[in-house]
Amino acid sequence: MIDLPKTSRRKFLRNIGYLSIGFPLLNSCFSEKDPTVAARMNYNGDFPGSMRNASKVNAWLQVLEDGRVMVFSGKVELGQGIRMAICQVAAEELDLELDQVEVHLAETGLTPDEGYTAGSGSISNSAMSVRYAAATARQKLLELASIKLNTPVEDLIFYNGKVKTKTSNQSLNFAEILDGAQIDMEVTVPVPLKVNTEYRYVGKPIPRTEIEKMVRAEAYYIQDMRFPGMVHARVLRPKGYLSKLVKLDESGLSAEVSGVIKTVINGSFVGVITEREYQAVKAVGFLRNHSEWTSGPLFPDQKDIYTHIKSIADHAQSIRNDGNVSEGFNSTETFKSAYTKPYLKHGSMGPACGIAMYDGEILHIWSHSQGIYPMRSAIASMLKMDKEKIHVIAVPGAGCFGHSTADDAAADAAILALNYPNKHIRVQWSREDEHAWDPFGTAMIMELEASLGEDGKIKAWKSDVWTDSHSMRPNNDAATLLDTRYLENPIELKARGYLAGGHRNADPYYSIPNMQVNAHYFDGPLRVSSLRSLGSYTTIFSIESFMDALAEKAGKDPLEFRLAHLEDERAIAVVIKIREMCSSEILNEGEGIGFAFSRYKNTAAYSTVAAKVWVDMSTGIVQKSSI
Amino acid sequence: MPKYTLHINGTEKVVDTEPETPLLYVLRDYLELNGPKFGCGLSQCGSCMVLVDGNAVTSCIRSVASIGASKVITLEGLASENGKLHPVQEAFVEEQAAQCGYCLNGMVMASVSLLNKNSNPGEEEIKDALQMNLCRCSTHTRIIKAIKRAAKNQ
Repeated sequence: MIDLPKTSRRKFLRNIGYLSIGFPLLNSCFSEKDPTVAARMNYNGDFPGSMRNASKVNAWLQVLEDGRVMVFSGKVELGQGIRMAICQVAAEELDLELDQVEVHLAETGLTPDEGYTAGSGSISNSAMSVRYAAATARQKLLELASIKLNTPVEDLIFYNGKVKTKTSNQSLNFAEILDGAQIDMEVTVPVPLKVNTEYRYVGKPIPRTEIEKMVRAEAYYIQDMRFPGMVHARVLRPKGYLSKLVKLDESGLSAEVSGVIKTVINGSFVGVITEREYQAVKAVGFLRNHSEWTSGPLFPDQKDIYTHIKSIADHAQSIRNDGNVSEGFNSTETFKSAYTKPYLKHGSMGPACGIAMYDGEILHIWSHSQGIYPMRSAIASMLKMDKEKIHVIAVPGAGCFGHSTADDAAADAAILALNYPNKHIRVQWSREDEHAWDPFGTAMIMELEASLGEDGKIKAWKSDVWTDSHSMRPNNDAATLLDTRYLENPIELKARGYLAGGHRNADPYYSIPNMQVNAHYFDGPLRVSSLRSLGSYTTIFSIESFMDALAEKAGKDPLEFRLAHLEDERAIAVVIKIREMCSSEILNEGEGIGFAFSRYKNTAAYSTVAAKVWVDMSTGIVQKSSI
Repeated sequence: MPKYTLHINGTEKVVDTEPETPLLYVLRDYLELNGPKFGCGLSQCGSCMVLVDGNAVTSCIRSVASIGASKVITLEGLASENGKLHPVQEAFVEEQAAQCGYCLNGMVMASVSLLNKNSNPGEEEIKDALQMNLCRCSTHTRIIKAIKRAAKNQ
């Protein structure tokens, strides 16, 4: 019997680092020393929403022929590093090395349907599902290995892709244990999870492997995909949201632009397919100059946008009403402040790109959409196709920051592919279209009113938020895709999408006895959808600016004032942390520090920020010194 | 269509295309290079930068006909033949100076161009040299750290 070495985890990690320089790691750790077996604790809690339709182990991971593991996630890589994060979690629970785990991200028919990659939910949903599935798999692999090796589980060592006995040199890799089968059992509680003090990857800053691919200019983005015989296309967007195509004269197109393969016209949808990419740019320019469109209504004047928003808003809806705000405002001075945010575009560095190929039966689509399954539903509904006949593969694009135009570019490519089968069609949007047709983050107004009590704390608070929808993401409603509104039988967009995003974080995380939040919804002039953090960008900025102002009215230090209104110990800790971080800052004449605290969605991550600014007293211009 | 002989990454390439075709489209579509990226087509974002005779320039508004005998280096041409990365590339990996990474090509090319002229730039000089390179993910702090690291390691 070989005793397990009594080394600490730290020691073992150090040993690995040293040994890996000279010779293969796997052999070395088995020949030199047995690793300690990490302690595990049973998890008996709830499973993430992502597991509702993917509750079996093999939905999340499968063992490859060489004994390594392939992990499946329905989330997409946007530059947030989800691929490596999931790899870390899987390797941790399965006691594997990172390169023994491959992560396959979103592809219909292959990975779980996890909806959109949004709302900072990929770790809590996808990575946690992988964690529970991996821990379950580990347990099952141990049990099966115990039978095969005729050794009790307690006498097995499970490490770096092998299960070996403590008493002999017999070992099996995962593929050998499973004999070609996969683990198709349900993930159920209790799940034996590794205790977090034993982690070797999770919580550690592991570098993302894709950055080396980027610097080496490997084909990483959808824009870099090239298929044999691939052709290029662009879509001629209408003149305005409500414009209809009146006339298109394409007679001189082929004489003017070489390489034109086909023009596709369907109602007010106009696409052109060419051999080369720049030919498509020229062709769409030609078509623009040879087309007539009806004009739509004019937009409200930019300078009147906030007045306009208020004029078209519905009656206020009560979102929260704690205590009695009117009483809290009675017989005392109240303070008011108003904040506005203009329409903001996603402004992705790379305009949208979509690739599609219809092979006569299946429509294959490559897209940098944030939600390939919901997008598939929308495209199926737009094309009146069975969604099982549409196969979508997620490929990274430039950062999107929400629902950008990626889905629309995929829809463009899908329409054109059906019209020109058996060829990969690559649609690249122009910068101009990207800006004009973006589903903007809505303009917003936030008006705040508060009163202070004799103790210098906030007695009553009222938030009024004016907002349009923050999610018109693709779903079963085909009109969530731009093209649907311009096809021969157009479908108008009816639903307003997710409205709660508008008052996200509009109720301060602070303890205030009397608090009221009202939402004023409007159906604004521009196409809108999700943009990073939805309404929180406006609501947190407004609340935190107002908190600094109230602290001044109360004659309190801005951080002390916040601390006096916080009960959650993590919130308190993060505010104290920023105070420590700023304690050695020296303020010169005209300099000051502004603070902000928030807990995203009031349920997720805590953050604080301090901004040191400098005011030029002669001009009143405020400049940032440091953050 | 006219033929153009271009000097790309140390080799001669012959391309058959219209004279007004931007260099970016020639590099990506005809020569199948991935480094230079299409971002705006208006010389405003820097994603499409290449080195032309050692200087970082945007390739989206330069026609193929205007390149002549100039030597063009793309991101692909920075590593040495044995695959060893250029110090700037290495530093971008070490500092993990990317989120989505779409701007990375331009950032790297502008940095190489800067270090060609000034081997030890200060922070302000780095910011000046990368003035026209946009990053939407706000990775700027890491990018600046990467350039400083590259300057040290070159």
